[in-house]
Amino acid sequence: MAGYQMKRTARIALAPSVLLLIVGMIVPLATTLWLSFRFYNFMNPTLGGFAGLSNYEFFLTDPAFLQAIINTLLLVGGVLAITVIGGILLGLLFDQPMWGRGIARLLMIAPFFVMPTVSALVWKNMLMHPGYGLFAWIAMKLGLPPVEWLSNYPLLSIILIVAWQWLPFATLIFLTALQSLDHEQQEAARMDGAGPFDRFIYIILPHLGRAITVVILIETIFILAIFAEIFVTTSGGPGYASTNLPYLIYVQALMQFDVGAASAGAIIAVVLANIVAIFAIRLAGRNLTA
Amino acid sequence: MKHRRDVMVKAATTGLGWLVALLLFFPILWTVLTSFKTEVEAIAFPPAFWPEGWTLENYFQVQERSEYFSHFLNSVIISLGSTILGMIVAIPAAWSMAFQPGRGTRHVLMWMLSTKMMPAVGALVPIFLIFKSVGLLDNLVGITLILLIGNLPIMVWMLYTYFREIPSDILEAARMDGATTLKELVYVLLPMSLPGVASTMLLNIILAWNESFWTLSLTAVKAAPLTAFIASYSSPQGLFWAKLSAASTLAILPILVVGWISQKQLVRGLTFGAVK
Repeated sequence: MAGYQMKRTARIALAPSVLLLIVGMIVPLATTLWLSFRFYNFMNPTLGGFAGLSNYEFFLTDPAFLQAIINTLLLVGGVLAITVIGGILLGLLFDQPMWGRGIARLLMIAPFFVMPTVSALVWKNMLMHPGYGLFAWIAMKLGLPPVEWLSNYPLLSIILIVAWQWLPFATLIFLTALQSLDHEQQEAARMDGAGPFDRFIYIILPHLGRAITVVILIETIFILAIFAEIFVTTSGGPGYASTNLPYLIYVQALMQFDVGAASAGAIIAVVLANIVAIFAIRLAGRNLTA
Repeated sequence: MKHRRDVMVKAATTGLGWLVALLLFFPILWTVLTSFKTEVEAIAFPPAFWPEGWTLENYFQVQERSEYFSHFLNSVIISLGSTILGMIVAIPAAWSMAFQPGRGTRHVLMWMLSTKMMPAVGALVPIFLIFKSVGLLDNLVGITLILLIGNLPIMVWMLYTYFREIPSDILEAARMDGATTLKELVYVLLPMSLPGVASTMLLNIILAWNESFWTLSLTAVKAAPLTAFIASYSSPQGLFWAKLSAASTLAILPILVVGWISQKQLVRGLTFGAVK
């Protein structure tokens, strides 16, 4: 009897969380799916009813769509390349004994806590501005013409800004993983004459395998959804040169008021994210049993 | 001889480490320094590194022109509100799954994780339409609620991994002594897992403070937190670098301190317990 009661209490304790997530996530997602098959446009209220696949057709054949998909993938790939490689190197560096290591580490991780709108605007105005920015001044000192970062290389600029925010995260994870490395094993390998490069390839890298997977998955989830950095720097431009999928959907819904097409785009974004999420959830599940 | 070589190596790594750390920190330092310059000095070219006159004028101006403090207060309300309300919902859930697991527990945990993986943009249109029809657009209650739900999976997961480290015998002993479930939670579980509970709260305050998708799309003026307020400086007529820097400095410093305090737990929370 007591066991039964306990089970009931446990279920009641769990209910509010499950209910909130259903109401706040699953119901809206289902509604998005439903809207994606409807004609629904704020600018043209007479249009309505079942749209079949025409919203998907509209979204998929929009030239901006292909560009947005490519940009989304380039953004994820570019940031991952910088932060994973850079993060491993920095993790190794900050794992070494040095004076004032604690403070150096604090300075290093600080960018991760800066809100996206601030970091994007600081980079846009004070660093990348072709007239008054610090990069322009450095270019001048080197005798080079200033680079118009955000108009000529908009996507690269956004990749740099986002990588600056996420490099500390990757470093922090790798640093945590490196601290559990078996130092006796390292010492033994050194005694056997393994050089630093061999030790890195055969001992350190395999040890970091799980951390690398985690960094790639978590960052991919967040970077697929990058929005604010684009919103305040380039507004997706010039043209669609720096528009990613979330930004395109936002524009479609809240600026062009085409709810149907935006919903179709949102469903496509969800499917894309799910492909990554499946791997992430498997990994977390394995960790749960381990 | 060997000792001297060690010192040299340490000096070299120290130099390199500090160089990298200062380079990464530089944009933040630059922002703080610029906030004490005059507008003319802020866009001086070649750039002036050190402020000439150390003025606090920008901080006063930001407050005077745009009611900065009300946006700051919105950020505090939204991040503390969504965290505290979230904990009230998440603690029982995590307790339930950690100490009374059933056959479905694993699936519930995985399902919660999967909702966090869903891009927010997938829910944007319906939430926007619903909020519009019930008057929750640009409303503190609305945005707090959305951030609560958005971070709930992380809270439950993090608490769950902390609770699992506590031996269930101790809770059972309390129960044998006649403690109700609520008492067991408040007087036994929470004090024992206080570090875990605290770091879960800190991480969520950070995430909510910096959240920039929902705050930009669902708030405008009245309920706009600092993320949305700072975004208003992106318009060409808002090109006041010293004031932008002052507003930014006040927006990032408090949360930077919270982040520094909780850096270790952050790894655990953001990786859903996969890296400790």
